[in-house]
Amino acid sequence: MSSQATLFDARVAARKRAVLIFAGICLFATLVGIALLGVLLADVFFDGKDWLSPTLITEFPSRFPEKAGLKSALAGSVVIVILTALFSFPVGVGAAIYLEEYAPDNLVTNFIQINISNLAGVPSIVYGMLGLVVFVRMFNLFAADGPIPTLLNVTFEGRVWELPLPIVGWIIRLPFERSLLAGGLTMSLLILPIMIITSREAIRAVPYTIREAAFGLGATRWQVVRHQILPVAMPGILTGTILALSRTIGETAPLIIMGAFTYIAFLPDSIFARFTALPIQIFNWVSLPQKEFQDLAAAGIIILLVLLLSMNGLAIYLRNRLEVKW
Amino acid sequence: MSEASIPADGVMPTETPITTPTLKTPQLSGQRNRSFSERLIAVILFLCGAFSVLVTAGIIVSLASETIAFFGNPEVKIIKFLTGTTWAPISRPVRPENFGILPLINGTVMIAVLSSLVALPLGLGSAIFLSEFAHDNIRRVLKPMLEILAGVPTVVYGYFAITFITPLLRNMSDWLNATAGVDVRINIFNALSASIVVGVMIIPMVSSVSEDAMRSVPRSLREGAFGLGATRYEVATRVVVPAALSGIIAAFILAISRAIGETMAVTIAAGATPRTTLNPLNSVQTMTAFIVQVSVGDAPAGSINGQSIFAVGTTLFLMTLVMNIASNQVIRRFREVYE
Repeated sequence: MSSQATLFDARVAARKRAVLIFAGICLFATLVGIALLGVLLADVFFDGKDWLSPTLITEFPSRFPEKAGLKSALAGSVVIVILTALFSFPVGVGAAIYLEEYAPDNLVTNFIQINISNLAGVPSIVYGMLGLVVFVRMFNLFAADGPIPTLLNVTFEGRVWELPLPIVGWIIRLPFERSLLAGGLTMSLLILPIMIITSREAIRAVPYTIREAAFGLGATRWQVVRHQILPVAMPGILTGTILALSRTIGETAPLIIMGAFTYIAFLPDSIFARFTALPIQIFNWVSLPQKEFQDLAAAGIIILLVLLLSMNGLAIYLRNRLEVKW
Repeated sequence: MSEASIPADGVMPTETPITTPTLKTPQLSGQRNRSFSERLIAVILFLCGAFSVLVTAGIIVSLASETIAFFGNPEVKIIKFLTGTTWAPISRPVRPENFGILPLINGTVMIAVLSSLVALPLGLGSAIFLSEFAHDNIRRVLKPMLEILAGVPTVVYGYFAITFITPLLRNMSDWLNATAGVDVRINIFNALSASIVVGVMIIPMVSSVSEDAMRSVPRSLREGAFGLGATRYEVATRVVVPAALSGIIAAFILAISRAIGETMAVTIAAGATPRTTLNPLNSVQTMTAFIVQVSVGDAPAGSINGQSIFAVGTTLFLMTLVMNIASNQVIRRFREVYE
C-alpha cells in the first residue's frame, strides 16, 4: 500500500517535472529568436555607429568610403514608396471591397481568392523578373524594329519611344526601362496580395449590424461601403498599408533583378529617371571587400532600420489612435 | 406566408383572380444615374479583384516566354538542363553540358533543409510556449518581438551572416583545430552561416501560423484533458499539437517555401560557387543567388545568360508554387473542424 503510494507520488512528481522541463525548453526556443535579434541589432549598431554622420545623407555614392553617402538611394527609396502607395492602395482596397462586399459566392470568386493567396507566396525575386519583362522591356514590343513601331509606322531615335502627352512638358517613355516608374509598379504588384489580405481583414472586422442598418434605411451597396464601412475600416486599412509599404523599403531582390543601378550620382528629375535604393546601396557596400565599406553598410542599415521602425511606429500609432472599439 | 393564405375550405378561388396593384417605382431624380453609377462602381471593383489574376498571368507569361526563348537556343538542351550536374553558364564554348541546374538546386535545397532545422524546432517551441504556457501579458510582449524577426530586411540578415555568424563559426573551427586537432575548414562564404540566418528569419512564419492553429483548438478539448488529470505538458503534446497538426504542417511547408525563395541573405553569405555537395561548410550557389549574380553583372536582354535566369526562375517559381498549393491542401483536407 505504502509502496504503491510512493510510486504514485514519484510518478506525479516526474510528470510535474516534465511540465517544468518542457515549458523551459519552449521558453528557451522563444528567447533564442529574440536574443539573436538583440545580437543582430547590437552588431549592426557597434559596426556602424562611427560612420553615422551627416555625410551619409548629404552625399552621393563614392569610391571613397569617407565621402560616400546615401543621398540618391534615399531619394530613390522615398519615390518608390510613394509610387507603390499610389498604385497599390486603390487597386488593393478596391479588390478587398469587392471580395468582402460585392463578390457572389461562386467559382470566379473562389478562383480569385486562391489566386491571391498563391500570389502572396511567390518569392519576391520572381516579381523582379515579372517587372523586368513587363515594365522594363515591355516584351520588346517597343523596340526600334519591334511590332508596335512597325505597326504604327513610326520611327524613333535611340531605344525609347518618347510619347508627348497633351499636358505641357509631360512625356511618356516606352518601354519604362530601368526607371523609378518601373520599380514602383513592380513593388506595387509585390505588395498587392498583402494589401488585399490586410484590407479584407479590416473590412471584415466591421460588424454586420452596421451594414444591415444602412441597407434597412435604403442605402445602396456603394453608399453602405462609402459612408459606413470605409470610414470605420480605414484605420485598419491604413495600418496594413503602412506595414506593406515598409516591406517595400527593405525589399532588395526585385529591384536588383529589374535592374536598379548601384551607382547613381544624381537626384531623379522625373519618374522616368534611373534610380538606386537604400537596400541596393547597402548590398553594394556589403559586397565590397574593404572593411570601411562594410562598416558604412552597417551605418546604412541603421538608417534603414530607423526608417522601418518609424513607419511601424506610425502604423501602431494610427491603429491605437483611430481604432473603433465595438 | 400571409399573402398566400389558403381559404379554410381548401379550394383556391380561381374565378376571381386577385389583381395586385402594380407598384410603379417612383422616378426619383437621379434614380437612373444612381443605378448606373452603382453598376459602374461594381464593375470597377470587380476589375480590381480580377487584376490579381492578371498579375499571375503576367508572371507566367513573362517567365514562360523567356524560358522558351532560352531553350530555343541550340546550345541548350532541356534534358541536360534538368539532369546536368555542371552549372557553368559563362564558360566557353557554350554547350548544353554547362547548363545543368542540379548544383543550384543542391544549394537551394541544402539551405532550405538546414534553415528548417533551425526554424522548425524553435518556431514550434515558441508557438507552444505562446499558446499553452505564456501568460497573456508575456505573450503580448514576446509575440511582437518575435515578429520583428520577419520584418528585418533580408539584406540586413546577409550583413549579419557575413560579419558576425561566419567569423564566429570560423573562430569556433579554429579553436577546434587547435584544441581537438580536428581539421575543419570553413569557407568565408558557406551554406551553414546563410542557413542559420535564413532559419532565424523564418521562425516567425512557423510560430505565428502554428500558434494560430493551436489557439483555434477549442478550450473544451483542453478542459477535457485537464479534467482527466493530464498535466500541461501532456495536454500540449498529446491534445493540442495533434489537433492543430494540419496548421502546423502547413506552417512548416510555408516556411520552407520561404527559405527556398530567400534571396539576399544567401547571395551575400552563401557565395557564388555552384556545386553539388553535402558539406555545409563549403561555398554554394542557390538558384536565387545565381539570378542576382547575373542581374548585377548586367547581362544584356536576349543573351543566353540573360535568358538562363528565367529558366532558373521558372524552376524556382514552380517549386514554391507546388509547396504553397500543398500547404493550402493540407490545411483544407486535414483540418479538424470543431463546432
